Amino acid sequence: MSRKISEESYRKTRSFRLHQWFTGEKDLFLDQVEMKPQEPFTESKKVKKKREKEKQKMLDQIYNLERNRKTGPFQTLYRVVSVLFCICMVSLFLVAVSYLPPLGDAGNPANNEVPQRYIENGLQETGAVNIVTGMILDYRAFDTLGESHVLFIATCAVLILLRLDGNKKKLQEEEASDSAHEPENDVILQTVAKIVVPPIMIFGIYVILGGHLGPGGGFSGGAIIGAGLILYLNAFGFEKTERFFTAKTYKWMCFGALGCYCLAKSYSFFTGANHIESIIPLGTPGAILSSGLILILNICVGIVVAGTMYTFYVMFRKGGF
Amino acid sequence: MDLSNLMHNYPEAVSMILFAIGFSNLLLQKNLIKKIIGLNIMDTAMYLFLALKGYIVGRSAPIVTDGVQSVEAYINPIPAGLVLTGIVVSVSVSALMLSLTIRLYRRFHTLNLDEISTMLKKEGL
Repeated sequence: MSRKISEESYRKTRSFRLHQWFTGEKDLFLDQVEMKPQEPFTESKKVKKKREKEKQKMLDQIYNLERNRKTGPFQTLYRVVSVLFCICMVSLFLVAVSYLPPLGDAGNPANNEVPQRYIENGLQETGAVNIVTGMILDYRAFDTLGESHVLFIATCAVLILLRLDGNKKKLQEEEASDSAHEPENDVILQTVAKIVVPPIMIFGIYVILGGHLGPGGGFSGGAIIGAGLILYLNAFGFEKTERFFTAKTYKWMCFGALGCYCLAKSYSFFTGANHIESIIPLGTPGAILSSGLILILNICVGIVVAGTMYTFYVMFRKGGF
Repeated sequence: MDLSNLMHNYPEAVSMILFAIGFSNLLLQKNLIKKIIGLNIMDTAMYLFLALKGYIVGRSAPIVTDGVQSVEAYINPIPAGLVLTGIVVSVSVSALMLSLTIRLYRRFHTLNLDEISTMLKKEGL
């Protein structure tokens, strides 16, 4: 049932405010969200003149007619040749694909005795219900150790390239310019982060711990935890995260995890190579504390991956923490 | 060229076309970030191809359920492990490339490869 209400009482209703907000007359959240007015871009006359001169010089070089007459045909030729090359490449690939064995056939040459062995004996030999986890963290654990080291070395390379070390002033400048056009306390982002970050962390830990029981493992769980940390950092700023996560923490965390991985795998290689009975029980398949070393190795890999993701982000954003 | 087999293998053909898209991105784009995106598309095409190589019609993921341990029940687990290695290496390589790009941007204040090479030529390098 609809009834007619007076203009006065209509002005007090929520729908009127919503309509106002929708048409842009009045902001519903005015004075409730912290906003920072963006300052107009300013620079001194000298700097501006220099910049414009440099830019003009460069544009002259690029759009120089005399030079373009020489390089222009080459540019066109380059584009045409690269498109033709890609078309040739893809047609060659498609011809190769048409001679590949049919997709999804059980008799394909890839389905030989190796996966048969992994599937039939994997559960008894590694104790892991998830055969892929049993494969990568038991049969091929050395390979996974190499992967963790690749991540660690990539972080080291990024740290070398981007770290503004020993230059406190520059670091502060970078931090100031980083959030120059953003509100310091974004209410929407902070509320969402408060609600969402704890479930993300718990889900990441669940994925890491359940790596030998179902889909998951150290790499995916670590990436989830790293994403949660990045969201937390974006919402609450560097002061909050630097209380528990700095470069020193990362260093010791990675060192501890990789060292633990090395020690655990050294033990299993030593006992395996010398035909000594390993004292680590495999447990009942399906229980959380089962499958020997796989749970520990998953946790180590998860720590390394989470730290790596977070460190990449911090390095790209600020260059030091 | 076996056209009916190509039609049957269409997911693999899609991965090959994706690979070519990434490669043409790498050749034609002048922006460094877009070049990196092209390389990532090539990586993704390779993961798709590897994952398809392990797929067998009508079988489930290699997680032992109800104690069934025959080869007839599960798909091939080996390509999954290989794809995992590939993803880790791709993440590391992209991070390294992006940080090098940031260094180039700090030095030249542009991401366009042509402008960077023009500036380098101007400096006599």
